[in-house]
Amino acid sequence: MVLLGFAAPGLAQNTLDEVVRRGVLRVGFDTFVPWAMKDKNGEYMGFEIDVARKLAEDMGVQVEFVPTKWSGIIPALLAGKFDIIIGGMGITPARNLKVNFSAPYEFSGMSIVANAQTAPRKTSIDAFNTPETVIAVKTGATSVAAVQKFMPKATMRMFDDEAQALQEVLTGRAHAMVASAPFPEHQAVRHKDRLYLPLAGQTFTREPIGFAVPKGDHDFLNFLNNWITIQQTQGWLEERYTYWFRTLDWQSRLQ
Amino acid sequence: MLFGVRIPLCWRIWRHHPGWVWTRVLLTLVGLAWILVRGAEHVGYTWQWSRLWPYVLRTQDGLAPGPLLLGLAQTIQVSLWGLGGMALVAPSLAIMRLSASPVARAVSRVVLEAVRNTPLIVQIFFLYFVAAPILGIDRLATAVTALALFEGAYASEILRAGILAVPQGQWEAGRSLGLSSWHLWARIILPQAVRTVLPALVNQGVSLIKDSALVSTIAVYDLTMRAGAVVAETFLVFETWFFVAGMYLVLTGTLSWVASRMHGSSSLNPLPGGCHAPPCAPLAASCHGPFGFRRARPGAKHPG
Repeated sequence: MVLLGFAAPGLAQNTLDEVVRRGVLRVGFDTFVPWAMKDKNGEYMGFEIDVARKLAEDMGVQVEFVPTKWSGIIPALLAGKFDIIIGGMGITPARNLKVNFSAPYEFSGMSIVANAQTAPRKTSIDAFNTPETVIAVKTGATSVAAVQKFMPKATMRMFDDEAQALQEVLTGRAHAMVASAPFPEHQAVRHKDRLYLPLAGQTFTREPIGFAVPKGDHDFLNFLNNWITIQQTQGWLEERYTYWFRTLDWQSRLQ
Repeated sequence: MLFGVRIPLCWRIWRHHPGWVWTRVLLTLVGLAWILVRGAEHVGYTWQWSRLWPYVLRTQDGLAPGPLLLGLAQTIQVSLWGLGGMALVAPSLAIMRLSASPVARAVSRVVLEAVRNTPLIVQIFFLYFVAAPILGIDRLATAVTALALFEGAYASEILRAGILAVPQGQWEAGRSLGLSSWHLWARIILPQAVRTVLPALVNQGVSLIKDSALVSTIAVYDLTMRAGAVVAETFLVFETWFFVAGMYLVLTGTLSWVASRMHGSSSLNPLPGGCHAPPCAPLAASCHGPFGFRRARPGAKHPG
């Protein structure tokens, strides 16, 4: 971290000019199905990848993907390792005190998947709000806040990534897992015999997702907000969202 | 000219004063902090320390520890259990490695190589997701076992070096007095071996405390896990991690301080005439106590 201060070469306050001059938009993200993942050729694909490519195209520059672990993504942004985070980052007031967010370009929601043996036949979130219920979540995701709000009595267990949290539910040591849709839905399909969806595929929260950029650069923020407005008006964002979140057509590109 | 003479004189005295060591430590820390603060400001980071304190200590409706202090307590608990486990694993492996039994040697070698040549995080995952459901042990026990095995394996090699450094005469003196192999190890060999390698063992203990951060991966709510959650919630990246680094520094510093006190204390130093300090041969001869002249056990061979 000592080096961090020196590694950043005098970050220009005007990112927009800097990106155009450089000819490359550097995008930070973490892999998370179907936001961003690798296809069978090792290329990145996903909803956020489409958004990043389109944004760079409209700026007239190349895009450079910088995959970064979620827990270290904010320091990396602040240190200038990339220009923008396009990674399904939920907007919250506490986070907004540290970074700037664009207007929301999509909304995500939390859903829950439960173990069929240890927590059978539950159909509401309230049914999980008991002290003996153990809920597995990923550290640093907005799912933590969702569990605290909707299931304050339940015991929460935090893991570094989704795979470990899911493993905890599969082995039966946690009763359920809360994560951004559609991860729980996909897992319920993959492990039909052991998992089920208590809410039948409905999400129980609605969270705005925005681009995150360092504080202090309002020109860049203005550009991003207007870009989002244009893409929403033209229906491009909705069309891409439908492709990645409501269909499974892209799965053939995965295997 | 006057100053030219006086300052070097003061300096010569001050240089040997124990306070100088701490002054240097303090100066280094201040320098580091300055570099960090300047570096972070350079990239446009705004410090918001005041937002951190509610996560350390909650003041709303009475004083209560915040998540970071609760995490610190958990880290101390895991570290203490881990150090205890390490103190069992290390001598066991070292003695097995030096024993005459080929089975014990092989077991110790296999454990050592398996533990030493795989990453700790893989061992934690293996123990938690594969072994723990079969054995029915909980997360804390899994974490402590993994730490004790990992650090214990390293410490056993350090200890083995210490044991081999104990002069031959000590073994011979002990055996000629007819000490059982238990008493030979516990009263003669190990105290001397530990004293020789104590600084290296303390290093391993410090490693254990820092490696205990990895138990956060299996949802043990230690300092690192709590800090990760606070960072995710507030994005107070540097404030939180600096605080956490400070807490680890206090923990490892305390361990080093305790160890340096132990090193200077009589229990590990040969004191002429004291039965609590068995290490030297004349002492062993005067100190056989209630164990008398028993025949050495056949198994107690000298490690070749």
